[in-house]
Amino acid sequence: MAERLIKDYSSPGRKGYSLPPLDVPDLELEEYVGNKYSRDELNFPEVSEVDVVRHYTALSELNYGVDSGIYPLGSCTMKYNPKRNEDIARLNKLSQIHPYQKEEDVQGSLEILYKLKDDLAEISGMDEMTLQPASGAHGEFTGLLIIKKYFEDKGIEKSKVIVPDSAHGTNPASAVMAGFDVVEIDSNEHGMIDIEKLKEAVDDDVAALMLTNPNTLGIFEKDISEIADIIHEAGGLLYYDGANLNAVMGYARPGDMDFDVLHLNLHKTFSTPHGGGGPGSGTVGVKEFLKPYLPRPVLSKKEDCYTWDYDSPKSIGKLHAFYGNYGVLIRAYSYIKTLGSEGLKKTTENAVLNANYMKNKLKEEFVLPFEENNLHEFVLSGVKQKEKGASTLNIAKRLLDYGQYAPTIYFPLVVKEAMMIEPTETENLDTLNKFIETLKTISKEIEENPEVVKNAPHNTSVRKLDEVKAAREPDLRW
Amino acid sequence: MNIPNDLYYTENHEWISIDGKEAVVGISEHAQEELGDIVFVELPSVEEELDQFEEFGVIESVKAVSDVFMPVSGVIVEVNEDLMDEPEKINEDPFGSGWLIKVEIKDKGELDELMDSTEYQAFLEEE
Amino acid sequence: MDYVSNTNKERNLMLKEIGVEAVEEIFSSIPEKVRLDRELDVSGGMSELELKNHINELAEKNYSLDEYTSFLGAGAYDHYIPSIIDHLISRQEYYTAYTPYQAELSQGTLQAIYEYQSMIAELTGMDIANASLLDGGSAAAEAVLMAARVSRKNKVLLSSGLHPAYREVTKTYGSPKDLDFVEIGLEDSTTDLDELESQLDDEVAAIVVQYPNFYGSIEDLERIQEMKDKYKKALLIVVANPITLGTLTPPSEFGADIVAGEGQSLGNTVNYGGPYLGYLACKGDRKFMRQIPGRIAGATEDAEGNRGYVLTLQTREQHIRRAKATSNICTNEALNSTISTIYMATMGKQGLKEVADQSFKKAHYLADKINELDNFEVVNFDNFFHEFWLKSKKPINKLIAHLKQNKILGGINLSRFGEEKGLLLSVTEKRTKAEIDELVELMGEM
Repeated sequence: MAERLIKDYSSPGRKGYSLPPLDVPDLELEEYVGNKYSRDELNFPEVSEVDVVRHYTALSELNYGVDSGIYPLGSCTMKYNPKRNEDIARLNKLSQIHPYQKEEDVQGSLEILYKLKDDLAEISGMDEMTLQPASGAHGEFTGLLIIKKYFEDKGIEKSKVIVPDSAHGTNPASAVMAGFDVVEIDSNEHGMIDIEKLKEAVDDDVAALMLTNPNTLGIFEKDISEIADIIHEAGGLLYYDGANLNAVMGYARPGDMDFDVLHLNLHKTFSTPHGGGGPGSGTVGVKEFLKPYLPRPVLSKKEDCYTWDYDSPKSIGKLHAFYGNYGVLIRAYSYIKTLGSEGLKKTTENAVLNANYMKNKLKEEFVLPFEENNLHEFVLSGVKQKEKGASTLNIAKRLLDYGQYAPTIYFPLVVKEAMMIEPTETENLDTLNKFIETLKTISKEIEENPEVVKNAPHNTSVRKLDEVKAAREPDLRW
Repeated sequence: MNIPNDLYYTENHEWISIDGKEAVVGISEHAQEELGDIVFVELPSVEEELDQFEEFGVIESVKAVSDVFMPVSGVIVEVNEDLMDEPEKINEDPFGSGWLIKVEIKDKGELDELMDSTEYQAFLEEE
Repeated sequence: MDYVSNTNKERNLMLKEIGVEAVEEIFSSIPEKVRLDRELDVSGGMSELELKNHINELAEKNYSLDEYTSFLGAGAYDHYIPSIIDHLISRQEYYTAYTPYQAELSQGTLQAIYEYQSMIAELTGMDIANASLLDGGSAAAEAVLMAARVSRKNKVLLSSGLHPAYREVTKTYGSPKDLDFVEIGLEDSTTDLDELESQLDDEVAAIVVQYPNFYGSIEDLERIQEMKDKYKKALLIVVANPITLGTLTPPSEFGADIVAGEGQSLGNTVNYGGPYLGYLACKGDRKFMRQIPGRIAGATEDAEGNRGYVLTLQTREQHIRRAKATSNICTNEALNSTISTIYMATMGKQGLKEVADQSFKKAHYLADKINELDNFEVVNFDNFFHEFWLKSKKPINKLIAHLKQNKILGGINLSRFGEEKGLLLSVTEKRTKAEIDELVELMGEM
């Protein structure tokens, strides 16, 4: 059921807005800016308010959100987004403030940010946080620039960053943006860092190792202390990609694992909504010795007053025009204050429990490439199903037919026909069972009638979309 | 699988056919199949001089990217401009109209480092 | 309070299924040495009511724009936001959805992006636009990195009329890339064109100017284009406030190669600086299309020949290209771009023009009135759009304090940027003649 474009609702002269009449003297723009700077035409839709409401309501009905049902995307942590946090972020007293108001005007907001920063530092075991990065990748870039600046400041030249082959694509991309060469190392047969290969790759040119722990297979790197020693002894630093912090909150802290820098995805672990792809927040934490390099400005407390401190000569500079995704930060604060330490720990336990329960129920039907204990997520392989005629992509699309969202597929790259499943703690047993049953049903369908799976989806608003045509003949606007 | 026996092959699945000092380079049927529907090709400029196994271009499908490497050292004399609008030719006819570049070879001795069709066949089976 | 819905009974059932006695056993894969041997020290556990009381108590300490009349701008503008926007984006299908990788269940988000790209392209006059970047500062920075890739040059001429924070972000992004940044000073309130000309050479990757610039002035893009055209490789990047393009000639008419900037003014609340959205639009030829950073939605067909949308040209992006991606960006500002899409649709052809027009006229009314006062002078009186630069014989901080006592946020003290002296005032369509008159009266009392 295609919904037409908003421009196709257009009728000349139709209006969807109202403004008060101009109450100051009229002027001609041309007289001030000249003809050449005065626009002739703006070809925008002419639609009524009702047109807009109907159109964007119709579009929303073609989407699936966390409130629609399970969203088991591995590594993405699609947990429930509490409604109270939305209300709080919209309070006029919190949202109707301008970034260039004086600090004395916005003490309430600064206090929230300061407390959030402290809580995040305690949860992750770091000494100081910056709230400026607006996404996980932005956080990685920030963290790596801090590392780069630190070595420059010490007069040490280092050009390499090591990332495991199971890492998120943003890790190598951020390392290159920060001016490093990327060295990728293979995982071992247990899906973990191969200590011998790591030793081979490490030399005094290595600035950092980027690590997700538990890794993208959901497996905790049991040799983390040895890994940290290897890197630190070679003079490098350890970077923690916080995408999976929700697996260890209350049980272990990256800071205690000797990580020097990390980023936390507040839109994953701390429940802020994904918004169809953003906004997020990628707050960065560092150990004491890296504090001077944090982005400007640094939020500080002087007596009972919160201020932005711009006086940091060794800072890497700014990465965001203002202070980061403030509205997202407010939501994360609300979440943490709702849960407290007890709730955070219980959240971790249930995320891990849900994932392990699902793994147990599914490991017979699908191939489990790594037997190791997993925490909050696990990876299955669809190779058995692929041999019978339907790929992991087909299975994902078939899930949509059953009104459930698909797992992350074809990632991590180290697993063939990968399905990476992360149920999160907010799903209950009934929902998990329903998803498990659906995956088993699809697997049976592949044995009995693979065509129905191969041609999926059948019940969605559009059928399988032609991505080749989209790339060969780009149609990117009306 | 079609593996013409008058060509040389690389481990990265490029093929090269020799005609005197000039050679034509493309990717094998196996390579195009692995990539899937090709949607974009980036090729070097004519007159560019490249070493053996140096990267000369990029071939992309919707969700995969593959760098392509020079089977031998040489100077680019022609690139297949048709691929800019019709990259699907690589899928349809990898050994014919889907060719990528023409090269003036510097050192025929470098061909010794490549595989012939029998060796390539064995290489594919092993992979 | 937490958001776990499994009961103890269900948890026990699940533990039995897994074959462990207690949930702690699952965590045994975490070595003892790095395990936390105490509880976290994080306060909380609040009920919804307690939480709201706690937050309200803090929020009360803020001076917000619903009580204070704001003349603040400099990259964050207090425009009127129609009610329907928050109602629509509060639909869970928009705000709780993930990035639309499973296109068949994400047609709403994808089509909204396509519409956003279409309207941003139309507004800037450019061929194509991406789905959004993180904010205006990072959009300017990404535009510079993109220009360096397209031109394969490394000298970047940054106008001092570009927002100081954007300049700093751009330099931070450029610092690892061996880019040679040259700042071009101001003459009066616009880019010093003689200095710009003297710095142009064959090594220039990009000229970056803001339109209207940080001080509200309109740069002479026509002359800048003439200068740039002498150098084949150099690109022109125009950082523009999109709302002003409701009435200003689009940068494309002056040969802009990339137009980028902050989209906040299109329907987003000021929100203490974020979340906002960076936008980036550019020419549509292949070399630009290959180098544009960030997600892009495209129209295509489904298996039955019906129109549908997907994310496309993804080989540019980090999840496929990894180390060789055009940018590391993954999460963007999708919900904010949806806000801007709905705003642009609602205001439409006439509304956007009217917002820009009223902002322009009200700002000029204010400037006229201020210029009649003895102690103040509008620096760019002859050339500004809806924001202007004021010099004052009276101490600026005293003026700002006096206005605040009267519930007016009367401009931004330029000293915070450490470059020029004075006050930056911005006026939107939201300000009434009465509010403007009151501001002028209070200034007259100084």
